Amino acid sequence: MQTITEAVIYNRAGQRIVSPDYLLFEAPRTKHFMTGSEAVKEAVKRASVDASVSYPITPQSEAAHLIGELWVEGYVGVYFRGESEFGVMSEIAGCALAGARTITTTSGPGTLRAFENFPMWAGTRIPVQLVLMARGVNSPLSIQPDNLEVGFLLDTGCMIWYAENAQDLFDMILAGFVVAEQPDVHVPVITVVDGFFVSHTREAIMLPPDDIALPPYNPYKAPMPVIDAEVPPGRFLRDPFVMKSNYISYATHASWQWEVRSAIERSRPYAKRYLRGLIEEFGDPTADLVFVACGTAAAQAKEAVRLLEDEGIKSRVVKLKTIRPFPVEELKQAVKGAKYIFVPEFNVVGWLEREVRRYLYGYSDAEVIGAPRVAGGMTMPAEVIVREVLNLTGKEVKHVI
Amino acid sequence: MATLGPSAFSPYPVAVYESVLNPPPGKALLINEIVDEEIAMREAAKAMLTRPNPTIFPGPQVLYAWNEEAKEKAKLVRKMAEVLNAKIIPMYDYRPKYPKINPAVEINPNHPNLTIWHNKIKACIFVGVHCHYANVALKIIRAETDCFTIAMCGMAGHEDAMITLRDQHVEEMEKFIKIAEEVKRELGK
Repeated sequence: MQTITEAVIYNRAGQRIVSPDYLLFEAPRTKHFMTGSEAVKEAVKRASVDASVSYPITPQSEAAHLIGELWVEGYVGVYFRGESEFGVMSEIAGCALAGARTITTTSGPGTLRAFENFPMWAGTRIPVQLVLMARGVNSPLSIQPDNLEVGFLLDTGCMIWYAENAQDLFDMILAGFVVAEQPDVHVPVITVVDGFFVSHTREAIMLPPDDIALPPYNPYKAPMPVIDAEVPPGRFLRDPFVMKSNYISYATHASWQWEVRSAIERSRPYAKRYLRGLIEEFGDPTADLVFVACGTAAAQAKEAVRLLEDEGIKSRVVKLKTIRPFPVEELKQAVKGAKYIFVPEFNVVGWLEREVRRYLYGYSDAEVIGAPRVAGGMTMPAEVIVREVLNLTGKEVKHVI
Repeated sequence: MATLGPSAFSPYPVAVYESVLNPPPGKALLINEIVDEEIAMREAAKAMLTRPNPTIFPGPQVLYAWNEEAKEKAKLVRKMAEVLNAKIIPMYDYRPKYPKINPAVEINPNHPNLTIWHNKIKACIFVGVHCHYANVALKIIRAETDCFTIAMCGMAGHEDAMITLRDQHVEEMEKFIKIAEEVKRELGK
């Protein structure tokens, strides 16, 4: 009789290491009721995280605080408070350059204060994760969802994924590490949720057991050497090419930037697998009225689909799970036959509408309508979305807003 | 040189924007086609044995004895050079150097074209170069030279090379050397 011995490996917290596929798709799940911030904690708890840095100033969410609790409990290797949001994002880079799996959270104005770091993260090819609880960057301040800051982040060289709810967020955080750490990807991932709606409110969420976790990060597969005594941090940052205005510096700078963007493109097959597709479709597949949305705008658009059904109007939703990489081919397929494409957004500038127009240009004859748009301080009731559609069709608006 | 699509904004061609992605595990990339590894190895050996001044560019992962596999790979790189009648020019680190490197004795990822121009290299193999730096260099080489590039990668590969061999470890390198010896015999070299 043959005896098969399986090596069982545990992480620092004593959790059993399992494959990403098992953790994300196969492990039994139980139902819990929690906030989006608590979902962040539960994801980090199962992610074999080495380091986290926080700057607790704004009422963005308690996620960073909860990661601190995980450090006390032994689930996170290193945890400390930064001097500012800029300090946090710089320190995060330091941890990741040293080979640590690293995560932090931010929101609103803090994102802008730290902004210089995001393209630096991408250029240094560190697979850090930022959970961004989008909440607006303007005066007067708001803690209601407003995702204008995501529009600013689009071209930083980071992957940008957008969660609709706490469940999405939990799964995306785990998948985010898996995809970002692929050797041929290895760029940061920003997992976005709409602040307040997702971060502060409770909803049902299915969680795998907390005694299993992702395999640890292997920095020796990184596309750049990790820092050590012989490889000083960011040597290429210390000897910046931009200081040397000659052809050589131009060649490197151009190729380097394209390489970072190539890395995002290479993430597509991995993201498709671990997110189960880059888009999600909801509603009547024959409908020629389509909502293209992300985050809670997609959730509200789904409600609008139900209300419109009562009005005798068929419609459907294409929810975008990733913004970088943008699901170009998936969107083109999904809007085939569409006559009207509404893009409901939680910001006043319509960055998602711009993206949709850009990628559908020349491929779709549908009329793209950037509405409704609401900003921080206001929710987006499904009735507001319905009203836009009814205005277009000339139908009487029955629903009270 | 790319003329269409987003990469046309850059003087550097970018394979992924031309819909060329790395091969799946067990396969290789030959220009823009996914092929069996043996086919790509054969073509790589042929390119190295028939083009002028073939050169192997070993990077830090095989130049320094940081683990047992690196030591084994280093020996195989030397053997590979003998079989392919190729020179070895190291990429021993990645620091940008000014005003420029000495192209006769080293290659740098930030201006790899200088070494290729100086030595009139028409075929080369990247091995043991960290993926980011290999990718940066391969884009520049593709744009600035007519050198046939072969990437022998321990990870997922490099779509900007003309031939990409992925997951290349000791066993695969030995297999390549064996194929190269066969091709050499066939060519009467």
